[in-house]
Amino acid sequence: MPPPLVTVTENGLYCPAGGFHIDPWRPVDTAVITHAHGDHLRHGSTRYFVAEPGVAIARHRLGTDHHPMPLKYGEQLQLGSTTISLHPAGHILGSAQLRIEHEGQVWVVSGDYKRQPDPTCAPFEPLACDVFISEATFALPVYQWQPTVEVVEEIFHWWRANRERGLASVLFCYALGKAQRVLAELRAFTDETVYLHGAVNVLTEVYRQQGVEMVPTLPVTGERKTDYKGALIIAPPSAAGSPWMRRFGDHSSGFCSGWMRVRGNRRRRGYDRGFVLSDHVDWPGLIETFKATGARRILLTHGYSDALARYLNELGISASALETAYGDEEQQ
Amino acid sequence: MRAFAALYEELDTTQSTNLKVAAMSRYFREAPPADAAWATYILSGRRLKRFIGPALLKRWLIDEAALPEWLIDEAYASVGDLAETIALLTAGTAHSEATADDLPLADWIEDRLLPLRDADDDIQRQSITGWWRQLPYRQCFLLNKLLTGELRVGVSQLLVTRALAEVTGIERTELAGRLMGEWQPGALFWQGLHAAESPRTDPAVPYPFFLASPLEGEPSQLGDREAWQAEWKWDGIRGQLIRRAGECHLWSRGEERITERFPEIVDAAARLPDGIVLDGEVVAWKDGSIQPFALLQQRIGRKKLTAAILATVPVQFLAYDLLELEGQDLRAAPLRERRAHLEKLLADASPLLQISPLVIGSTWDELAGARADSRQRNVEGLMLKALDSSYGTGRQRGAWWKWKIEPHSFDAVMIYAQPGQGRRSNLYTDYTFGVWREQELVPVAKAYSGLSNPEVEQLDRWIRAHTLEKFGPVRSVEPSQVFELAYEGIAASARHKSGIALRFPRILRWRADKPASEADTLANLQAMLMQAPDEVRRSS
Repeated sequence: MPPPLVTVTENGLYCPAGGFHIDPWRPVDTAVITHAHGDHLRHGSTRYFVAEPGVAIARHRLGTDHHPMPLKYGEQLQLGSTTISLHPAGHILGSAQLRIEHEGQVWVVSGDYKRQPDPTCAPFEPLACDVFISEATFALPVYQWQPTVEVVEEIFHWWRANRERGLASVLFCYALGKAQRVLAELRAFTDETVYLHGAVNVLTEVYRQQGVEMVPTLPVTGERKTDYKGALIIAPPSAAGSPWMRRFGDHSSGFCSGWMRVRGNRRRRGYDRGFVLSDHVDWPGLIETFKATGARRILLTHGYSDALARYLNELGISASALETAYGDEEQQ
Repeated sequence: MRAFAALYEELDTTQSTNLKVAAMSRYFREAPPADAAWATYILSGRRLKRFIGPALLKRWLIDEAALPEWLIDEAYASVGDLAETIALLTAGTAHSEATADDLPLADWIEDRLLPLRDADDDIQRQSITGWWRQLPYRQCFLLNKLLTGELRVGVSQLLVTRALAEVTGIERTELAGRLMGEWQPGALFWQGLHAAESPRTDPAVPYPFFLASPLEGEPSQLGDREAWQAEWKWDGIRGQLIRRAGECHLWSRGEERITERFPEIVDAAARLPDGIVLDGEVVAWKDGSIQPFALLQQRIGRKKLTAAILATVPVQFLAYDLLELEGQDLRAAPLRERRAHLEKLLADASPLLQISPLVIGSTWDELAGARADSRQRNVEGLMLKALDSSYGTGRQRGAWWKWKIEPHSFDAVMIYAQPGQGRRSNLYTDYTFGVWREQELVPVAKAYSGLSNPEVEQLDRWIRAHTLEKFGPVRSVEPSQVFELAYEGIAASARHKSGIALRFPRILRWRADKPASEADTLANLQAMLMQAPDEVRRSS
């Protein structure tokens, strides 16, 4: 059996033949980045490779003195004795799967991904490979996503119902990816202006510069007295319960996350409404993807890795869990 | 059932009580009368007996979902609720809530569910799995909750009557009365709720209980001492004793008829004049003083009352309010008037029917002094009631306060954790605590409540990162976190490894400042047990 193309080291996922790390959690020489969420893109490495549509976001996150090197989707690059390429993962704008080829062996690292269509990014492409390293954030059969349009319609109706009651609607979404996806999907229902928390606003501007079409937005500012009655405001979950919220007066709160599929989470988080909208792959999507890759071995990171590995082994697909330090932005 | 499922979801998630009331009013206005009656039945906390056991439902689910049993168990452990797990795994995403066929709630219950009780296994299975496939998620969840007899909605009786009052135009107290006792949900009942006059036909029906709120801070905030009546807060079973139409009935606060459990009290009440309703407390009473609740509990638990148990646990009814006299509803009269009637009424009553005495003390400070003796007297503290207040409904703040004493407490080390149920299903929220016996931590208490949500989440992360071993859903954790636990009572117990059973243990605070070595020892707890009365030490 050939040696593994990717191993876990104290710095993160490492490809010995290529001499590079993938989404390292400590500073390294060469980092290939699947996407720009904080637990995958960290400061301090010497050299970064990112998918081209994600360069602007990566620069925004790393600071402008960094110059992450762009790779077009599908463009091949020699690193050490490997050939690597990045391919769309459908998670957020510029998210990528990493394909590594070495001496006739192909490994694919999925990064975070989803199979639902998303107007803000290129759709996931299944890649044929020998070993597939997949995320398993929502790897339990209770996690199945309903069509996005239905969820966005629910959000829209909730906003309208709140307006009728004279309430503002504050929707908490992760600031990078989820917020912009909601803004893009809302175009099917309205062209009304949506107000954004500062953290959401800067990233939305980056998206807009990349040509992503969204409903019009305005930042929530402290200066003039805006009446937010009946308005929709998008904010990161960290803003919930902060003094920043006072300006909205009576409002209804909503939260967008895959975890909202389970009632216990909806109730515990204390939001008035939970909307089941995830940028991660659901249970049927995982199984379907594994079949599409034809991989003879599946390695799993995040979430319910153990349960999914056991299930796959029972189906006759060799699988095991990898211990990584990746978090889960949908919990936040 | 679609509209009721949507109402359930809204009540389940919304935080605002005004929005909850608005949602219920809207439902009551729009629903067919029979549906509104069934909804009232469910919302007011009544439950249909379980139709199917969870084991059977799980077996059907394994076949329906075509998944291995261990994976279903894993999903169930993560969701924390069987009814919801089934809905998540079977309802799928194919049917949207809006487009699926809809059948009224009353028809579902009367035509589909109730006949299931007499159906054979095959029919039950075919019907239920068929509904699983056909119903969208929310309705499927609601159906499963009805099937398992566990449908509970997070609204208080007070909010339900508020919504009903908005819809019917009938006064809330009157409505609360109409919802007491036994009734059959249906269009007829719903019309009856709207009727201007509702003759009380069943003499057994109690009045809605008036509940006290906990007093936080000092009682001086209540104003003049003279405007308040002080009584002991008894540690017993709150009850309403009814003497009407030549019959006697005893109801617990949970609206359970407990007449048969306390025959001596009922006998004593039979000697009262007709047309009387008393509010008070059933307590264990011996040698002129109240006994710990643990003793009363032995009697509640018995199916059959033997002469022996009647002799070991004698009881008494301590009356503190008079709600009806000579068949007249007295609840609107001020407390000082009701109390005067009560004193006259019980002056020559049986020793088993005593009036709850007033606690003397002309200033708040003197009362505070009396309250400090609560533990020696086996009471939970003081009750403060406004002398000019009428007898309200439910927990209306302002007129009745409970001023409880600080609980007993000790420091223990967390040794096991497991995920909670329902809203806390994927958090470790159920903890087992131990105290030291030599070098070993002996489990003494399980506690679920007392931490804030941020603390629970922080602790959850700590537990995941400091797990020593997993046994199914239970994890043993590094014994390093110390918590101050409170309890209401302590008793000897042969069933517990520690030899001690604690009543109502709960977390007072996380003692992050304390090392595990400084937690209490079992010997300390045994010393607390020795201070408890004899009966308890020998019990269970």
